[in-house]
Amino acid sequence: MTTETIPLQPVPMTKADLVTDQAVRWCPGCGDYAILATMQKVLPECGIPRENVVFVSGIGCSSRFPYYMNTYGIHSIHGRAPTLATGLKLANPDLTVFVITGDGDGLSIGGNHLIHTLRRNVDLNIILFNNRIYGLTKGQYSPTSLPGHKTKSSPMGSVEQGFNPLSVALAAEATFVARSIDVHTKHLGEVIKRAVEHKGTSFVEVFQNCNIFNDGAWEDVANAKTRAEHTLELVHGQPMIFGAARDKGIRLNGFQPEVVNVADVPADALLTHDERAQVSYHYLISRMTLPEYPVPLGVLRSVDKPVYEHQVIQQGRDAAAKMGPGSLEDLVASNESWVVSARNGLH
Amino acid sequence: MSDPHAPNGAAASAVAEAPAVGAPNVDEVESVIIRFAGDSGDGMQLTGTQFTNTAAVVGNDISTMPDFPAEIRAPAGTLAGVSGFQVHFSSLDILTPGDAAQVLVAMNPAALKSALSELVPGGTIIVNTDEFNASNLKKAAYATNPLEDGSLKGYKIHPVPLTRLNRDALKDIEGLTTKDMDRSKNLFALGLSFWIYDRPLDNTLHWIEEKFGKKPAIFEANRRALMAGYHFGETTEAFQRRFHIPPANLAAGQYRKITGNEAVAIGLVAAAVLADKSLVYCSYPITPASDILHSLAALKNYDVRTFQAEDEIAAMGAAIGAAFGGAFAVTGTSGPGLALKSEAMNLALVLELPMVIVDVQRGGPSTGSPTKTEQSDLLQAMFGRNGESPLPILAPATPGECFDITVLAFRLAARIMSPVVVLSDGYLANSAEPWRIPDVGAMAPIQIGHPTAIGLNGTGYLPFARDAETMARPWALPGTPGLEHRIGGLSKEPGTGNVSYDPTHTQQMNDERRAKVAGLADYLPEQDVYGPESGDLLVLGWGGTFGALRQAVIQANAQGRSVAHAHVRYLNPFPRNLAAVLGRYKQVLVPELNGGQLALLIQGRFLKPVIQLEKLQGQPFRISEIRAKIDEILG
Repeated sequence: MTTETIPLQPVPMTKADLVTDQAVRWCPGCGDYAILATMQKVLPECGIPRENVVFVSGIGCSSRFPYYMNTYGIHSIHGRAPTLATGLKLANPDLTVFVITGDGDGLSIGGNHLIHTLRRNVDLNIILFNNRIYGLTKGQYSPTSLPGHKTKSSPMGSVEQGFNPLSVALAAEATFVARSIDVHTKHLGEVIKRAVEHKGTSFVEVFQNCNIFNDGAWEDVANAKTRAEHTLELVHGQPMIFGAARDKGIRLNGFQPEVVNVADVPADALLTHDERAQVSYHYLISRMTLPEYPVPLGVLRSVDKPVYEHQVIQQGRDAAAKMGPGSLEDLVASNESWVVSARNGLH
Repeated sequence: MSDPHAPNGAAASAVAEAPAVGAPNVDEVESVIIRFAGDSGDGMQLTGTQFTNTAAVVGNDISTMPDFPAEIRAPAGTLAGVSGFQVHFSSLDILTPGDAAQVLVAMNPAALKSALSELVPGGTIIVNTDEFNASNLKKAAYATNPLEDGSLKGYKIHPVPLTRLNRDALKDIEGLTTKDMDRSKNLFALGLSFWIYDRPLDNTLHWIEEKFGKKPAIFEANRRALMAGYHFGETTEAFQRRFHIPPANLAAGQYRKITGNEAVAIGLVAAAVLADKSLVYCSYPITPASDILHSLAALKNYDVRTFQAEDEIAAMGAAIGAAFGGAFAVTGTSGPGLALKSEAMNLALVLELPMVIVDVQRGGPSTGSPTKTEQSDLLQAMFGRNGESPLPILAPATPGECFDITVLAFRLAARIMSPVVVLSDGYLANSAEPWRIPDVGAMAPIQIGHPTAIGLNGTGYLPFARDAETMARPWALPGTPGLEHRIGGLSKEPGTGNVSYDPTHTQQMNDERRAKVAGLADYLPEQDVYGPESGDLLVLGWGGTFGALRQAVIQANAQGRSVAHAHVRYLNPFPRNLAAVLGRYKQVLVPELNGGQLALLIQGRFLKPVIQLEKLQGQPFRISEIRAKIDEILG
């Protein structure tokens, strides 16, 4: 440190301010680039001072993300980012903290932390890059790989059932659950902004392409030409309608969603999306997938519940108000103490 | 041993002969070791604690050892379910709970059977005869009733139909079931013990009122049980002698009773207050460390934030996050938990963030003996992580010292920006001793500076620039404008902390991390030695074995031997004069509750051959075991 210093002033944040001097080392063509660019674009629109933003990651390709965001950041160890983020929020609840994770980091080695963070409702933004493959370790099947997926570690096809990340998050009763696609940057940006706005844990699954080890994993939904037919963009309070001609919709038949032609049914027969419905409804939506259904995108669920760290800190304030702020003298003393005088007398 | 109340070891008893008939006299004795043993559901821990509290308040020196099973409620009446509590109380300065009890209060056959080996030959047994029925005898694997078959010949037996007497005393309290009545029979045993040892009842009566004041029937049952036990001693002729233990000659000051876990908890809060920091304590429940979490969860008015994590790894991870955020971050655990934390501990080490990791060691390996003590995590703390992973390691020697060591741990952590490991153990954690309440006003603040500005030279903030003296890196906190930076677990370039696999960078960062820990030796006190400055034998120990080692060395010196005792508090780095200390003695004995872990470090570091004394039984050393080894070595 030099002795001659000046006090610092907050700087207005632009996209350029968020770019670090570190060379981005993802493979050319990786979906991560689009997510990084989108994050750098929308973060300045969130109205948070740059110094209050922290990116925490685990291990995997996606977890290099913090090195490329000129905010505070920790590149931690495999699967544990939610735990660091939780401790960070307990120390300083005023920070805006992102957890950047992947399908392996977040759902395999870190699966336990993910569900417990969601159930506690720590005020974090968890962005899970789902490419259905282990990329950094060069191509093994992941907990979101489909059955039959042939990889280096499953040359005859995977025999494992994969997770649906949204269903996992909803089973933990996450208060904000959303999905977007790396290349659908406008949509992704809107979803990220909604996630930041939400108080509590925001869980965002981003379909991300690994062009080296699992190229085209999301082709059906990512390709702009077919996206409209294969996806359902959820809008709160709006009927579930999709298709390039917006001619198809979703209605409920008993406990089963079904795809119908909009023209064939009365207008009020279609399901109206409700972000604040009970979790079983969101779970039902989360189960929709190709080929039977369009893949839902956008905000499935957004409900308000008490935030973990706020409650912890409030308990401290309440205790201090009730008992008075603790003093060191009171701390070391106890209800039962006694005095020994110099002459061995007792008082 | 003719007098069951003679204290162990060299300190001689001053028991006067008791009168043969008439009202019992009160004889003055220096020390008594009493062991309460019963079923896990009999409330023996509570009985022992209450007995201890009163002994402390009347001014005795005390040392206690709870000894309980890992099972919460093993089947009633079985050997597996026996819970014991040993109290050593004295007018002398005592250092251990005593090798063996002189008095055993046995609430059932299983308690008698399992605790008999902990009783001195010829000791006194106060036994609840009501529980010696065929069923309980069978559960305790007694073929015949030991109270009748002569197998206890040589002991002084006081048969007391305790269950029945207690029920009689409580029978007219309304709304009390027989089960409720029996639940208070431990108070009867306590009352009787208070009478025998001439103790006042006020302290326990006050406690009963505080605890049960809102439940009149239960309050009355406990009060009456205590009084009935006391009066039973007074009115029956079964007890011909009473004993009085005068106050101990403790240094002047205000005292309280404290266990190691209590001392750790308040030490952590004190450190946070001294550093003007929030305390974030992250922990997963694990025996015998959970009481630290319980204590801290009740101290929220001190800006303590407790996080009960989903697992040990999460607890460690959250501590790292909290440290990055600027809190005094701590995780507490025991051996198996430390193993789970090891990867994250390495992350904390390379991020160079200050925090404290408390390991309350227990019997291992694997799940081991959760409620028993051992010192077998030293090498795990030293080496149990991948790569070169130097961490400072401290070990308190007594329950009270857990306070000072804990405060010191954060002082060191903040000084060099590093996690610091504190090795407590199951014995220290649960044992109680009188503790002179420190003058907190005299404690030095823990000075911590967070950078808030950068220099004008345009180089920007360097997260791994080092302080010239301590080698600490700066601790810039998120929320500080202009100091945005990223840190991670990958190899780094010195100064910038940018990812780098450059061979010279990797070497330099390893060297710097090692040097900053080693440099603490210049800051920490030198090793002190009790006894001759040089001589035939040095007894070298660490951690919770202090009392047994020191007492054995005192006794050996009283017998004219030349034996010194050094107890190491700073295990990494070792005290800077330790090599010189070792060199002044012909032989070095290292007793440890492990297979020779400090011995390995000492021999490896100083090339000094040592004699090992190991014990892996889940129990502390007895003074006599150390004495015997000293005698064997010195002939």
